[in-house]
Amino acid sequence: MTLTYWPLAGLCALLLATQAQAVEGQAVYTQGGALPAAMACSSCHGSDGMGMAAAGFPRLAGLSAEYLTKQIKDFRSGTRANPVMQPIAAALGDDELTAVTEMLAGMPTPKVERFGRSAEAEGLGAVLALRGAWERNIPACVACHGPSGVGVGSAFPPLAGQSNQYLTAQLNAWRQGTRQNDPNDLMGHIARSMTDAEIDAVSRYFASLSQ
Amino acid sequence: MNISISVLLAMALITPVQAAKIAMDDQSQLLASPQSAADETYFQSPRESELPNNAFGELVREGRAIFVDTQKNAPQHVGNGMNCTNCHLEQGRQANSAPLWGAYPMYPAYRKKNDKVNTYAERLQGCFQFSMNAKNVPAADSHVINALSVYSYWLATGAPTAQVLPGRGYPEVPAPSGGHDLAKGEQIYVAQCAVCHGADGQGQKSADEYVFPPLWGKYSFNWGAGMHRINTAAGFIKSSMPLGKGNSLSDEEAWHVAAFMNSHERPQDPRLVDGSIETTREKYHANDVDFYGQVIDGVLIGQGSQ
Repeated sequence: MTLTYWPLAGLCALLLATQAQAVEGQAVYTQGGALPAAMACSSCHGSDGMGMAAAGFPRLAGLSAEYLTKQIKDFRSGTRANPVMQPIAAALGDDELTAVTEMLAGMPTPKVERFGRSAEAEGLGAVLALRGAWERNIPACVACHGPSGVGVGSAFPPLAGQSNQYLTAQLNAWRQGTRQNDPNDLMGHIARSMTDAEIDAVSRYFASLSQ
Repeated sequence: MNISISVLLAMALITPVQAAKIAMDDQSQLLASPQSAADETYFQSPRESELPNNAFGELVREGRAIFVDTQKNAPQHVGNGMNCTNCHLEQGRQANSAPLWGAYPMYPAYRKKNDKVNTYAERLQGCFQFSMNAKNVPAADSHVINALSVYSYWLATGAPTAQVLPGRGYPEVPAPSGGHDLAKGEQIYVAQCAVCHGADGQGQKSADEYVFPPLWGKYSFNWGAGMHRINTAAGFIKSSMPLGKGNSLSDEEAWHVAAFMNSHERPQDPRLVDGSIETTREKYHANDVDFYGQVIDGVLIGQGSQ
């Protein structure tokens, strides 16, 4: 008789665990993790997860959980060097990381106009984004990051919906080697071939797509 | 009794595929590309900004649109997840990635193999038949073939006719002395290719749109496409893959990973003769470096993805 209650108890435990995790993701995001250094994400990335353009804090809403998890681990290891994120990433527990990244992946994404492969390209930023600069082995950004740079899978994050400031900072970090957490140097070798003018133009191009 | 019925059924199923007329019966290259010097400068096509704003410029733009987004702009002629520009990089401009400026001036061409003069339109029809796995190949005088021909003509502006330009086709990559090694190929695939094309080779999409093309399976090119040959795929991979990092793999690595890719099933060869893989191999694959009709780990390859 007592045995028949076991499955029910298991179900209750599962429900509690699921609910606890769902609450925890939101709590980590808005209140921070258990350790004080794991500060609330929302204070810099915004309550809607869209980031703060002027300060260069990126949008996190709608990014793949796998991608976000990898970034936190890379902040910890230093393959993505960042003095603000490093201590936060180090203080964030693995269960907190799982919960908050899963929550973020499900958040609404910004509205972006999708340009197809055959879209016309005018101006330095658009040409680089949609055509590339093959004489320096630079493929079109959209060849990997998807139409209008909306992101593809867990390895190629969205560029649209990010600010000009964030995109510029990242391209410079790739170029300077303070960020080197890409698979097989796929992004690093491209950034190192780009000029300052190109970085500025292409960052402005992708930032403009979600405005 | 059961067996003969299933054979009849199989033949009945196969017949409609054979009924499609095949304008150009293979995707072999006419002539190999000459050895390229280290300081090579390749033919340069006109820039997009140089296109005139008239009926000609408009048709070139339409051809380019079909070429880079075949899925959207010629969907009735595409039977898989590919776009022309998946194998002809940089919108058909890239040297050593079968650039259109290297192909267009080589036609019309006499080929001993089918003993006729093959036109560029027929060559394009071959691309649709095999690489795009089309069930409905565009007619030689269709808008799609016209637009693609005019786009190719424009990219070849100033190129000499009937001369093999450096960088045309895909480069020759010598086979490893010990032949292909599928286990090594798989290791290279996992380390270098899977990030874009997926662990299962099925590519990756954004919404319903392929960003990275499927390399095998029913949404990829068929067993008649030039890229199904190990040597052709090795040449493409060596010079152009991973995207933006061409020539980073060794000749051997390119060959092994090409063999690994092409050891998987893909759509049936539309030239299938009498429903027989063996007869089709003898007639169309006898000189190919490929796996069609071969047995790998006890499994007959070339049965076609459904």
